[in-house]
Amino acid sequence: MSVSTSPRVANAVETISIEGKSPRQLAWQRFRGDRLAIFAAGVIATYVFIAAFAPVICAVLGISPYRLDGAALNDFGLPKGSFGGVSSEHWLGVEPGTGRDILARLMYGARVSLLVGFLGTLFTTSLGIVIGVISGYKRGKVDAVIGRITDLTLAFPSLLLIIALTRPLTQRLESMGVPEGNPARIVYIILVLGLFGWVYVARVVRGQTLSLREREFVEAARASGAGTRRIVFKELMPNLWAPIIVIVTLSLPGYVATESTLSFLGLGMLPPSASWGAMLGDSVRYYRADPTYLFIPGIALIVLVLAFNVVGDAVRDALDPKADRQSL
Amino acid sequence: MYLFIARRLFFAVLLLLAVSLVTYLLFSVLPVDPAALTCGKNCKPDLIAANRVRLGYDKPVLEQYWLFLKGIFVGRDYGMGQAAFSCPAPSLGYSFSQHQCVTTLIGKTFPVTAYLSLGAFVLWMLIGIGSGAVAALNKGKWQDRLANAFTAVGVSLPTFYVGLLVLFSVVIWLGILPFPHYASPFEDPIAFFQAMILPWLTLAVLSAASYTRLTRNGMLEAMNEDFVRLGVAKGLKRSVILRKYVLRSALVPIVTIAGLDFAALLGGAIITESVFTLPGMGKLSIRAVVESDLPVLVGTTMVAAVFIVLANVLVDILYGVLDPRVRTK
Repeated sequence: MSVSTSPRVANAVETISIEGKSPRQLAWQRFRGDRLAIFAAGVIATYVFIAAFAPVICAVLGISPYRLDGAALNDFGLPKGSFGGVSSEHWLGVEPGTGRDILARLMYGARVSLLVGFLGTLFTTSLGIVIGVISGYKRGKVDAVIGRITDLTLAFPSLLLIIALTRPLTQRLESMGVPEGNPARIVYIILVLGLFGWVYVARVVRGQTLSLREREFVEAARASGAGTRRIVFKELMPNLWAPIIVIVTLSLPGYVATESTLSFLGLGMLPPSASWGAMLGDSVRYYRADPTYLFIPGIALIVLVLAFNVVGDAVRDALDPKADRQSL
Repeated sequence: MYLFIARRLFFAVLLLLAVSLVTYLLFSVLPVDPAALTCGKNCKPDLIAANRVRLGYDKPVLEQYWLFLKGIFVGRDYGMGQAAFSCPAPSLGYSFSQHQCVTTLIGKTFPVTAYLSLGAFVLWMLIGIGSGAVAALNKGKWQDRLANAFTAVGVSLPTFYVGLLVLFSVVIWLGILPFPHYASPFEDPIAFFQAMILPWLTLAVLSAASYTRLTRNGMLEAMNEDFVRLGVAKGLKRSVILRKYVLRSALVPIVTIAGLDFAALLGGAIITESVFTLPGMGKLSIRAVVESDLPVLVGTTMVAAVFIVLANVLVDILYGVLDPRVRTK
């Protein structure tokens, strides 16, 4: 989409200091100007880095998410010392009852939470985009059938079904060859989030496709003999990216939160594996004796979720072609 | 208009039939033997077999589904002779783990969920629309920024965490309120309010967040519309323009979403009820999950679906009332 210019023209443009910018460059420029968004993106990158290299970082720091440390606990099984057992050995304290290091568990927990967030969003959005584009592009009967399925999906109380089906469906997944325990649960959460989540993506994409398919450039492509596949991927998709990116950045924290809700209800990750949700659910039992434990996973989650929201908003503003006009 | 409503209702009934069939099939393929759950650990196989026949679980799934549908309209009798019992219409089945008809259980728990949803709904609309309007009128100033931060935090935090933080800080650390213990508003209104105020606030604050953003953006958009300029040109008072032109047009999409959100709550606020130990439909559902109590699960899912589908119809009708442009079409 960049404006191609001959060297002579480029020079002329430079001298009067006006540069042709593609919409993408403009969006990036607007995004870069948002200092809060850049900071938030840095926060997300840090989280991803920590999650990816959790074993290395833990080895360097000499901590482990699984090692039991009875010496850090008193006779009641509660952390010794103030603030939940914060010490030079355990920077964020230890888990009551087991003495496992909270910092290490937090870093390992980030792997589960981010994995569920990213894969869940990827699956849901892909499903939603494919169904939405087909529905909007084909119209007619196909659209009507998909519309009825949408109504049906929306009519179900999704959280209740997700909770009710956790145990039987993870068992079924395990019998189908998915490794037992946490892998099966992660696969289940991602599948079930997609099953109920595609509707919201598909609705937006369908609406956009319906209006896009009547535009001149699609007609031009069709007139010059482009097939359905080319029109969908080369003509329609590039124009759908803006709303899709917004949906992605805003739905990611939602999936992290859902995973934590399931873990809180005891349907998420199994111990001794760490996940933020499981830590939150576990810390609740010790709120009176060890309030620090309650705040640590919560703050980790809030910071990530806020960062995603800020980036999501900034991306939406950056991609909005009217953004600059309003400020004039 | 009446034809429109009748058509919408007809499709709503069809949709509910589909929902009930899918729900029934979904839960019947679960690897749970409902008959085996009817009696405790030391149960004899012949008693299980007898109960299977008595509750109709020996029949094919589709016939069970038919009996379930029939029960909704004419009630249902279980067994024969001395051990017989019946659930009158509208029967949603019989809970073997709680030894009561599902309809009775839902009837007992629904008021709690309804009070919870209603109170939270009123609060969140007030907070959401109010703060959204303040933000829109002070665009770019600190009020707007504050509202924006509130939205970001509220939209993204898990309900259980906010609920627990509120519960701990108010009840345990500050000691302002006693630990919530639900009581009927007609028997002990003070205890009722003491138990409900925190769940109301939790749900309201979390739900209000997205309404703040919707109201703000809707109002800002409406301020650029031609009909608002017309109002200004006519020399109407600023307050009249804001109330009757700007806010009203911003409220149209909000009504749609509010109706659906409210209906979704009526099906049981699972997390909020669990955190604040309110004996509502969400709590009933969770207990049914733990005990693999299939009839209760099917029942609460159906009731929740009825609310969602009905809300969809109502919202469509309300749309016409609120937006004159839709009405004339």
